[in-house]
Amino acid sequence: MSAVTGNKPNEPIAPKKSSVPKPIKPWSPTAKQLLPDFLGATVAVIVSLLVVAFSPMAGILGFILTFIVVSIITAATISGIRQDRKAAANSVSTMIIYFLSAFVLLPVVSIIFEIIRKGAPGLSFGIFLDDMSVTATDAPLSEGGLLHALVGSLYVVALATIVSIPIGILTALYLTEVKGKAAGTVRFFVQAMSGVPSIVAGLFIYAVWMISLGGTYTTAAGSLALAILMIPTVARTAEEVLKLIPTDLREAGLALGATQWKTVALVVIPAARSGLITAVILGTARVAGETAPLLLTIGGNDAMNWNPFSGNNSALPSYVWKNFGLGTETGADRAWTGIFVLMVVVMAFFTLARVLGRKKG
Amino acid sequence: MHDHPVSILENPVNPAPTKVPEPREITTQPRFSDRAFRTVVSSGGFISLVVLGLISLFLLYEGLSIFRSEGLSFITSFEWVAESIENGTEASYGIGAMLYGTLVIGFIGLFFGFPLALGAALFLSYYAPEWLKKPMVLVIDVMAAIPSIVFGLWGFYVLMPQAEEWAKLLNKYFGFIPIFSMPGDFYLRSPFIAGLVLAIMIIPIITSISREVFAQTPLDRIQAAYALGATKWSMIRAVVIPYGKGGVIGGAMLGLGRAIGETVAVYTVLNLVYDINLEILLGAGGSVASLIVNKFGEATAPELKALMAAGFVLFMVTLAVNFLANFIINRTVREE
Repeated sequence: MSAVTGNKPNEPIAPKKSSVPKPIKPWSPTAKQLLPDFLGATVAVIVSLLVVAFSPMAGILGFILTFIVVSIITAATISGIRQDRKAAANSVSTMIIYFLSAFVLLPVVSIIFEIIRKGAPGLSFGIFLDDMSVTATDAPLSEGGLLHALVGSLYVVALATIVSIPIGILTALYLTEVKGKAAGTVRFFVQAMSGVPSIVAGLFIYAVWMISLGGTYTTAAGSLALAILMIPTVARTAEEVLKLIPTDLREAGLALGATQWKTVALVVIPAARSGLITAVILGTARVAGETAPLLLTIGGNDAMNWNPFSGNNSALPSYVWKNFGLGTETGADRAWTGIFVLMVVVMAFFTLARVLGRKKG
Repeated sequence: MHDHPVSILENPVNPAPTKVPEPREITTQPRFSDRAFRTVVSSGGFISLVVLGLISLFLLYEGLSIFRSEGLSFITSFEWVAESIENGTEASYGIGAMLYGTLVIGFIGLFFGFPLALGAALFLSYYAPEWLKKPMVLVIDVMAAIPSIVFGLWGFYVLMPQAEEWAKLLNKYFGFIPIFSMPGDFYLRSPFIAGLVLAIMIIPIITSISREVFAQTPLDRIQAAYALGATKWSMIRAVVIPYGKGGVIGGAMLGLGRAIGETVAVYTVLNLVYDINLEILLGAGGSVASLIVNKFGEATAPELKALMAAGFVLFMVTLAVNFLANFIINRTVREE
């Protein structure tokens, strides 16, 4: 019925289309101004094709190298003739920066492409239902699976998260709420801690857990090593988030007679909740793919181990590492499939952190 | 309407009788809950300091006997021989070659990674059109999130066959330069290839720190440069680079620190050889972190101690690089 009556009363009346002036952008270049750029690019392509055809430079690599050199020279010549040397320098640097940026993107594209190309064929529903306990290493990919590694990864990351959340968030609270005398020092050491090499974290846990305490390889030991790497990420991100909470909110809480503890617990943390969750998820994404510390702490396993506090266990990175280390064709295929699953997990965390982080900002 | 509670606003003349609360005790003493809160949070905040201290203590303690018996030659000697009774060899542990190799691949990584990262940071800050900025930042963030084992496998299966060709070309045309000469014919698993993988891995951190620094360049100076007729490049050279130099160098050092500590990605694409090797294209290099992974599996008890000692040295080197880098970055960023 409302379709007949037209606009609802509370709906803003849409302006007539013709009344909106098309924005004029006097700064945008006209076709005439773009012509030299276009000509320059064409010249560069043609010259590089000719060079590749009539010189020892060959293949795509030769073409790319020549194209870069020729297009930089062309750009310099055109702006040198039309304007002056300063403009030529400007064109050259612009071209170089464009090329550098393109080269930065290249590896990522290649990595994602290769993971899909080499990892996807090995995917099947079966690999999520089976472990490798009764499967020979050279058996085809349709046999066996990586369920044990997936479960192991889940355990090790979950335990690391449980350890890191309180420590990371307490550190962030110390830096933003308590602001003690040592805040600068603590911040500095947290920064330094995020540079601890992952192998050193594994070695440290090995020295404490296995040598000093006489323990054995367990999932829990691996998760402690991961926690060392995760704490700084959580703490630094959480600090950034807490810094964004307006001081007014804290002062309002205190002015209403709340103690600092109540202000933090009932005002600051709820206001920063989604950001804090983002911090934790970012930390998880950071450690989910860590390999080196796990090599020294969880021992590796081909069968399922449901107990995180006793016995060897596997994890996705260890599964990839082991199958890559076999050096066989099926091993490589399994490793790529493992990488595919691992990347899906990491990217899922990454996306989740982004989506949650965006809501607030 | 009548059962609606009468609020003070509706009936300002006859406010409902309310009980006056007891006056609050006014004190400057923090309450118990606050003291407890501050104690708990402070002790939580110091855990990272404690952990860092414990790491160095435990590794030093475990490796102490090796430091005692080997002395300075642990750092300078190139030999790594585990004690073997049947061969009658005496143990000798030295990480000189590995330490040298670590620095070599770290600097190769920086050599390739730094210009790329700086170019990308400048592009994102001053050149990129609006529509391209977000996707490109996303790609670089994705790059930072890719686990090192993925870089390792990609480096081994995808990059290495390509890089072998590049190494051969380098050798063919620049072979007269000593570092590009090739004594054997073994281009695979060289420091050059490991350095390329590291270059890609350290790009995100250098780019993000550089962008952070560039974002703080005072806008009035940028606009002043443009108003004086500067081209974009002259503006960058006159304003952005001098202002952000320290932070960018700090970012590069953070990248170097990450490259030095990288384990899995390097181990997959590097052939470990216990000797100093000046030819970066030859498939023989060293890395302290890879040494640890390599020897850990079948290490005897004394060799394990030597690995702990190597871990201690690695930890100290990365810590020193990181301290210096953060010090430089914090100083640049705080200057305002």
